[in-house]
Amino acid sequence: MSAGLTTAHSVVEPGRLSKRIATIVVVLYAVLTLLPLGWIFLTSLKSPPDSISYPPKVVFQPTIEGYCNLFTTRSRQTADYIKSLPPPSGSCEQIARDRNMVVVGTSNYAPRFLNSLIIAFGSTFCAVTLGTLAAYGFSRFKVPLADDLLFFILSTRMMPPIAVAIPIYLMYRELGLSDTKVGMILLYTAVNVSLAVWLLKGFIDEIPREYEEAAMIDGYTRLQAFRKVVLPQAATGIAATAIFCLIFAWNEYAFAVLLTSGEAQTAPPFIPIIIGEGGQDWPAVAAGTTLFLIPILVFTVLLRKHLLRGITFGAVRK
Amino acid sequence: MAEVVLEGVGKSFGAVKAVADLSLTIADGEFVVLLGPTGAGKTTTLRLVAGLEKPEAGRIAIGGRDVTREPPAARNVTFVFQQYSLYPHLSVYDNLAFPLRSPARRVPEPQIEETVRSVARLLRIEDKLKNRATQLSGGQMQRVAIGRALVRSPSIYLMDEPLSSLDAKLRSELRVELKRIQEQLGATILYVTHDQTEAMTLATRIGVIEQGRLIQIGSPREIYENPVSAYVASRLGSPGINLLPLALAPTLAAPHGATTVGARTEHLRIRRAAAGTGAVTGQVNWVEHLGDQNHLHVSVGDRSLVTLSDPDSGLDRGDTVAIDFVRPLFFDAAGARVQAG
Repeated sequence: MSAGLTTAHSVVEPGRLSKRIATIVVVLYAVLTLLPLGWIFLTSLKSPPDSISYPPKVVFQPTIEGYCNLFTTRSRQTADYIKSLPPPSGSCEQIARDRNMVVVGTSNYAPRFLNSLIIAFGSTFCAVTLGTLAAYGFSRFKVPLADDLLFFILSTRMMPPIAVAIPIYLMYRELGLSDTKVGMILLYTAVNVSLAVWLLKGFIDEIPREYEEAAMIDGYTRLQAFRKVVLPQAATGIAATAIFCLIFAWNEYAFAVLLTSGEAQTAPPFIPIIIGEGGQDWPAVAAGTTLFLIPILVFTVLLRKHLLRGITFGAVRK
Repeated sequence: MAEVVLEGVGKSFGAVKAVADLSLTIADGEFVVLLGPTGAGKTTTLRLVAGLEKPEAGRIAIGGRDVTREPPAARNVTFVFQQYSLYPHLSVYDNLAFPLRSPARRVPEPQIEETVRSVARLLRIEDKLKNRATQLSGGQMQRVAIGRALVRSPSIYLMDEPLSSLDAKLRSELRVELKRIQEQLGATILYVTHDQTEAMTLATRIGVIEQGRLIQIGSPREIYENPVSAYVASRLGSPGINLLPLALAPTLAAPHGATTVGARTEHLRIRRAAAGTGAVTGQVNWVEHLGDQNHLHVSVGDRSLVTLSDPDSGLDRGDTVAIDFVRPLFFDAAGARVQAG
């Protein structure tokens, strides 16, 4: 088999009909999955009355009220008081006054969102780093009881994480890790690292040892060879693993509700709280959800190149 | 370049003894070829010299310095792998520059460029420098792999069947090229192969390995003409040496203790004749035409021997032939050589 010329694709081009069928299936599936997201996005641009009108409105006057409400806290005032105020300083202020309210401060959404970013990316970084190193170790060295250890690592995923919620809650309280970013990063790292080890071990096993051996003979230490030769070739696997880890950490709700309340609260437990503040403000919830989707979207699009590149057949003959 | 010494080196993998009590001295500028079948321990020997395996016994010295416990990077050796092992994420240029860019060397970039370009010229891959390593043909990849060894001046070049994955034409081209480069650089090379043509044409000395042991070492001519055992004799020569039980040739004057006669083409005289006129009578049962020569398959008793013959000899299938031996080799029951009286 000649290396380098082989791709993961079949050499037989699919026919026109099968291509058309494939397109239809993909489009249908895309519509099906995107519809709820699209509805959330539309809701985020509706006024509160429009958002709960029945039958649902597809055509409506768009407003940024949802986003204003998401980022601000407001208090109801009498019409006389509002009239006595100087002219509104911004469009959010104007929208609030139209509803007989004044903006009294910023909401907690921005800091919660920032917490989510720090905790999700922090734990993803830790899980992928530890996972890569552990996977490399399992792949290349004779680790005593390697199979048992790998099974043990996997077994941590065999029950739903929430099953250990109470012990973790007590443990965290004892250790002073409750409602801290470090605590949440540690927790998500612990959950993700087993996935990372297993996924990455598969990828690293695929990289022939000769590359590192060649590098070590070429004057590199094992660690340097790992960095210069193994890491670039494991990039695809690392990217895929990072996306899985990030999606889990970003979306995690149950532990976030249980272990965080202020300082380290992430966005997922915060968004439902909006519902309770001054009536069911669905546009604000939808706005919070829409913004919440963006980082993971950006991250996935950025790493898409690596995901799609697939397995490169190296210059080692198979 | 430096002298490389292996002293009583041993290495096992589990219960399998890959290399046993192997001693070998490779002189400065020498081209030593290790010859043996798959699994004989040739590659393990190379890997031991490179430092990719740690020996259980013995010591290895390069240029008078004991390197037995040193990691590969500290030994200043190069290794050309059987399967190229070019870094697939790097361009040809970066592959060639990789050894020079090692943190341990810190070669300045202009000097790297100069070296890489001159090596690329030597191997005729200058126009491929910008390509990704994976976009090359097999022959080009192998040249890059050899080039990666040539960019620095190591104590010794270790080569593990570097030509085995190429087609016949390319193999013979690169073989000549390799010999030319070796003579040009005065390089010390330890080369592993199971291809006897490579061994015969490239080697200053050939070492024949059997089950992890060095059975015989000497010049290609010595190994060919004066093998110490039937095993060594059967490594070289095409078609291979014919080993016949002496019982089939009762009239042959054999030395004491010999049980087997070994005959290469040049030891055989075959003519069409009636039975009983030669040392052995046989029957031609197959003739293969190779163009300039014929392979003649002759059955003798229940054995068959293969030899070259002139296409004009007129011998054909079914002919009865008389076979005479001219200074053949003799071996005892264990396969060891018995010198003719």
